[in-house]
Amino acid sequence: MSITYLEAIRAALGKALADDPRVFLYGQDIGAFGGAFKATKNLAKEFPGRVLDAPISEDAIVGAAIGAAIHGMRPVIEMQYADFSTPGFNQIVNQAATHFWRTQVPCPITIRLPSGGTSGAGPFHSQSMESLYAHYPGLIVMTPATVEDAYSMLLEAVAIDDPVIFCEHKRLYSHLKAPALPTEAMPVGKARIARAGRDLSIVAYSAMLHDALAAAEELAGEGAEIEVVDLRSIKPMDTDTIMASVARTGRLLCVGESFPWGGVTAEVVARVATEGFGLLDAPPQRLNAKDTPIPHHPNLWLVHRPTAQTVCAAARNLLRM
Amino acid sequence: MSKGRRGTHCPATGTVAVPNHLGVVCGAAWQRNGTGKETVCARTMNLVRVFPMQQTLECRASQDIVSPFPEQYLKAFGLMVVARVLDDKMAGLYRAGKIQGGVFLGRGQEALSVSIGLALRPGDIFAPLIRDGAGRLAFGEPILDAVRTYLGSALGPMRGRDGNVHRGRPREGLLAMISHLGAMISVVNGGLMAHRFQNRKGLVGAASIGDGATSTGSFHEGLNQAAVERLPLVVVVANNQYAYSTPNHRQFACDDLADKAAGYGLAARHADGTDLEDCLRVVAEAVAEARAGAGPQMVFARLLRLCGHGEHDDAQYIDPRLKESAVGRDCIEVAEKRLLREGWADAKAIRAVRQTAAREVDEAVATVQREPAPDPYKENWCALASEHLGDLFEHPVSFPAISPISSHQSHPTPSSQP
Repeated sequence: MSITYLEAIRAALGKALADDPRVFLYGQDIGAFGGAFKATKNLAKEFPGRVLDAPISEDAIVGAAIGAAIHGMRPVIEMQYADFSTPGFNQIVNQAATHFWRTQVPCPITIRLPSGGTSGAGPFHSQSMESLYAHYPGLIVMTPATVEDAYSMLLEAVAIDDPVIFCEHKRLYSHLKAPALPTEAMPVGKARIARAGRDLSIVAYSAMLHDALAAAEELAGEGAEIEVVDLRSIKPMDTDTIMASVARTGRLLCVGESFPWGGVTAEVVARVATEGFGLLDAPPQRLNAKDTPIPHHPNLWLVHRPTAQTVCAAARNLLRM
Repeated sequence: MSKGRRGTHCPATGTVAVPNHLGVVCGAAWQRNGTGKETVCARTMNLVRVFPMQQTLECRASQDIVSPFPEQYLKAFGLMVVARVLDDKMAGLYRAGKIQGGVFLGRGQEALSVSIGLALRPGDIFAPLIRDGAGRLAFGEPILDAVRTYLGSALGPMRGRDGNVHRGRPREGLLAMISHLGAMISVVNGGLMAHRFQNRKGLVGAASIGDGATSTGSFHEGLNQAAVERLPLVVVVANNQYAYSTPNHRQFACDDLADKAAGYGLAARHADGTDLEDCLRVVAEAVAEARAGAGPQMVFARLLRLCGHGEHDDAQYIDPRLKESAVGRDCIEVAEKRLLREGWADAKAIRAVRQTAAREVDEAVATVQREPAPDPYKENWCALASEHLGDLFEHPVSFPAISPISSHQSHPTPSSQP
């Protein structure tokens, strides 16, 4: 018996619906159809009237979620793809993110973003939006990399009184499996040491965690002990755990799947450089996708984003510095 | 005048007006119990007890009382006057350099706006826009909320974190608008969806927008969504001929804005935005239809903005022919003439309405000018309700030593977007 990342998300949605009458789901094709990725399969039947198909109106979908949240509900929104959250961007960053600050009335919405690249998906079905949303005050941004986190963090996202951007990685949906759903979880805001080591810290999140772990395994065969930190949530970012890891290893490589200008990896490097400069034995490094739109063809796509191989190469370079 | 246990008898109309009914004539919410101070009822010149500047929206206009028409007209007129006086006061304070940011007036839109507020009940949702001072008062927003938000009082609903027209009390159904036009429509939809989930029946939501907002994607998405969900939404479009400086002919190309409603499957009504009676009737009809379950409704009213976009704008672009046409009439002057012509009020009564409004606004300003401004050292600087999840950013320097301004020592800025 095993459960996939996608099944864990579906189980969390079902549990949230069962446990809390304030919860409802709203998004495109999520009703009888069960969603583009089947994350809501059977939920409309199981919870009649609480899993609503929405028109193709991301702005109005988020706006309605905000209005419902202000009036006592706990909406969970599915964006069909993270890329399609841009038409709802205004409502997310200007309405949801500012609402509590302005009015002292919380806006507890959860926005699920099926994120990241899969082969052949192209420029508009592959993006990772976490850095954009993390930039805005008032939002919490989660990037679960494991089946257990996909389940427990989604439940936490629904329970949190603030708007949560839940970045679930499409590449993990069916490939990542765990023996069972977790019975306990780390709190949101805490990073996890996914692999202990003493020579170099790789800080990663979402699907890149698995490329980082694969790289660490390969480098172990070369005698290097790589520590891998899974950020879990990028906002809030657990600076303490990052800094403690860098204190152990003296070397930092931060890996992210999104575009290279700014973003999560730049934030990690900035924090370590400004607050932990003395801990570093070598310049902190970052590895991201290339600064182009995400290509369609697998030959191009495989080179566009970081992989275990390029993470390995970057780590080897850093170990030589 | 005789004072009964439940209300005040108005000999002129032979009706009994309960306090929360008359209180709003003077721009103040009414509380049935406790002590208030005496003020003048615009309708009869009788003294009634009202609580000016009540700090909650618990008592609103209308309630379930159906007013005889002249009384409703008078109540609306009283609120319009308060809104105009308040606007004029804010404009004066802006010119005197006492207000940070912009000042945005509802001049010319009071008749339409007040009609929305009067048609709503407790539990309803109202998303006002920038020219809805009259509608806000009618919905029950205290004068103090406006003054505190404009002057930046720490005691106001936005506590200096947001200003001018960006105020609200979402828990009491009064949404705090963002600047992005059309964006509030779907938020009202969501509130109405929540009511449906919570099995709260008979409640409606109203969103106020202008001709400019009809060009936004949010407007389109919001209306379509309301129609698909068959929500009790009323969208009132104030076509005031200009979106900032852009005239109608550069904003849309259909013959009549109301043609858009049919495209969404919505009912549409026209109103003459300069005519209070027409506005009261048409908006009330639309709200009643929505309340009865007939699905989303739209009202399209023509009027002219009798001021700039904000007080930084001299509005020299407004076509003088429009000002002289019927659409350029001042709805308050039109209503006043009607009151006199019908004998519903005499000049003395109208004067009393204006005096009462002026006094209440002056009192509010005097109160707020003694109130503290927000203190940057006491601000928690956390945008999250879950404060423990706030990200921690190291600041290389502590806050610079500044001299915080108090709410009455502001400095003017040349212009500001709402």
